[in-house]
Amino acid sequence: MASVAATEHGRTAVYRYGFRRSPDQDAATPVRHPVVVVGAGPVGLTAAIDLALRGVPVVILDDADRIGEGSRGICWAKRTLEIWDRLGVAAGMVEKGVTWKLGKVFCGDDLVYAFDLLPEDGHKMPAFINLQQYYVEGALVERAAGLDGIDLRWRNKVVGLAPGNDRARLAIETPEGRYHLDADWVIAADGARSALRDLLGLSFRGVTFEDQFLIADVRMAADFPTERRFWFNPTFHSGQSSLMHRQPDNVWRIDLQLDPRADATEEQRPERVIPRLKRVLGDIPFELEWVSLYRFNCRRLDRFVHGRVIFVGDAAHQVSPFGARGANSGVQDAENLAWKLAAVLRGEAAAALLVSYESERMQAADENIAHSTRSTDFIAPHSAAERRLRDAVLALAPRAEFARRMVNSGRLSVATVHDSPLSSPDESPFAGIARLGAPVPDAPLRDRDGAQGFLLERLRGTPELLWVADGARPQPPPGVALTVIGEDLVDDAGLFAARFDATPGAAFLLRPDQHLAARWRSFDRAKAGAALDRMLAR
Amino acid sequence: MPRLVTASRFADPDAAYVALVDARRGLSLEAAADLDAKLVLILANHIGDLEVLREAIALAKGAARQ
Repeated sequence: MASVAATEHGRTAVYRYGFRRSPDQDAATPVRHPVVVVGAGPVGLTAAIDLALRGVPVVILDDADRIGEGSRGICWAKRTLEIWDRLGVAAGMVEKGVTWKLGKVFCGDDLVYAFDLLPEDGHKMPAFINLQQYYVEGALVERAAGLDGIDLRWRNKVVGLAPGNDRARLAIETPEGRYHLDADWVIAADGARSALRDLLGLSFRGVTFEDQFLIADVRMAADFPTERRFWFNPTFHSGQSSLMHRQPDNVWRIDLQLDPRADATEEQRPERVIPRLKRVLGDIPFELEWVSLYRFNCRRLDRFVHGRVIFVGDAAHQVSPFGARGANSGVQDAENLAWKLAAVLRGEAAAALLVSYESERMQAADENIAHSTRSTDFIAPHSAAERRLRDAVLALAPRAEFARRMVNSGRLSVATVHDSPLSSPDESPFAGIARLGAPVPDAPLRDRDGAQGFLLERLRGTPELLWVADGARPQPPPGVALTVIGEDLVDDAGLFAARFDATPGAAFLLRPDQHLAARWRSFDRAKAGAALDRMLAR
Repeated sequence: MPRLVTASRFADPDAAYVALVDARRGLSLEAAADLDAKLVLILANHIGDLEVLREAIALAKGAARQ
């Protein structure tokens, strides 16, 4: 593919890509592909890379020719990083990104509440990194470009969609004319203003919040702490909520709540923005990188799977940014879908497996929408009466723990625990933090050669049985990899044992997306086979 | 020895807050104040302990208005 041209610094940092004519455009009849992903954002690229690594060739279509109009998403959660680590892209992001885990909440100028998002050690990935979305997309595009199975086509705009029983036909507009493609499956990752959603005539259900938020990225040399800092009623912003967050390259994100009646065009003019920011930053010299004005939505589609078209990320659901639940949940959609679609395409699972994508990720969307709605209600009360209650919580917070627990400046994204049809219910109780239907917790482990590493980076991306050594190695069902804890990987620190409540002989069946599907106090091949069938919906 | 519990007791404090917000959604300040007065009386009676009630009043009065 025509590759990365340049990273510019200035008002917008941009990676630019060229259009390249595909041989598909000269075919007499539409060429058929197993999977076409529409949208080369973090979610679409994650889905495509995951599928390609599972041996499924993917065509990605994107109507743009560049990345990077502004930082947009900046907070990437631990689970997202674990997914990207499995896909081989996390290391560079973590190195470039700003690692953080502490949040502070101020009322007026006083600290009322502080939180630590990852108070324990023994995880490969941090609680969060902050990294501009253009760097994330740049890294994912580079990874995709290195995979034979991925055909990434810039300036390919989907303008038509004809649904069929066993495929969907896409009409695509390019600088060199229109062509058509057939796809066994279409992944709609085309964002909040999804064209595919419009082409299918689908609409959202949910709420739009009245208050507007000014989102500005500024470049400055400041020594503010590497923490998420949130203010209710700060003196520097006349009683409205504010958020400040550090990004790499001396870029800082500042969110300022504005009045619902504020004029959107007027408020984005530098003559308006810069004085506002000066009140926040005082005498520190800064340069305005990017500014945008948002009104938040909390809403989702009724269904995510529409025949052969499957919606992921913002195309399927939207939340306010307080909690970093937008892009992070989208990446988790992509991972949830990729192994299932690959298993269906390889004939290892029936298409019914995709029903679990919808049920699991609609649960996640509902959870994220609920959290995001609560946070937004707290940050931007709907009326004077609601604001009075909110301010009472803030007034009590310094002196009463119960009130501190109600202070809500955003509950930050953690992996969803899915109540999943793919999970086999526990037969005996397990303590620890591992949960059925959730990604398993990481733990430091040492391999046979004495190399220190972590559990998640050792998982193979297939169905996998973790068995705690207790005599002869068991024989797992066909298609299931075996890792013996105590032999293949050694739990010196005892954190695997604690987090999984792993006793000798205990067995844990993991999905290809590292979610826990079943566990037993001792291994039984027939039970493991039944749990595997259930996990693959067969 | 204070007897008022100020440690968080709700399993899901956000849900408790939402219940209180929902109760006043769409109400004027005046109407919400009426609601709150009734809520105070109901909850005070539920607690049924004058000493705890007095400690709660002192805490509420001592917390500066934001």
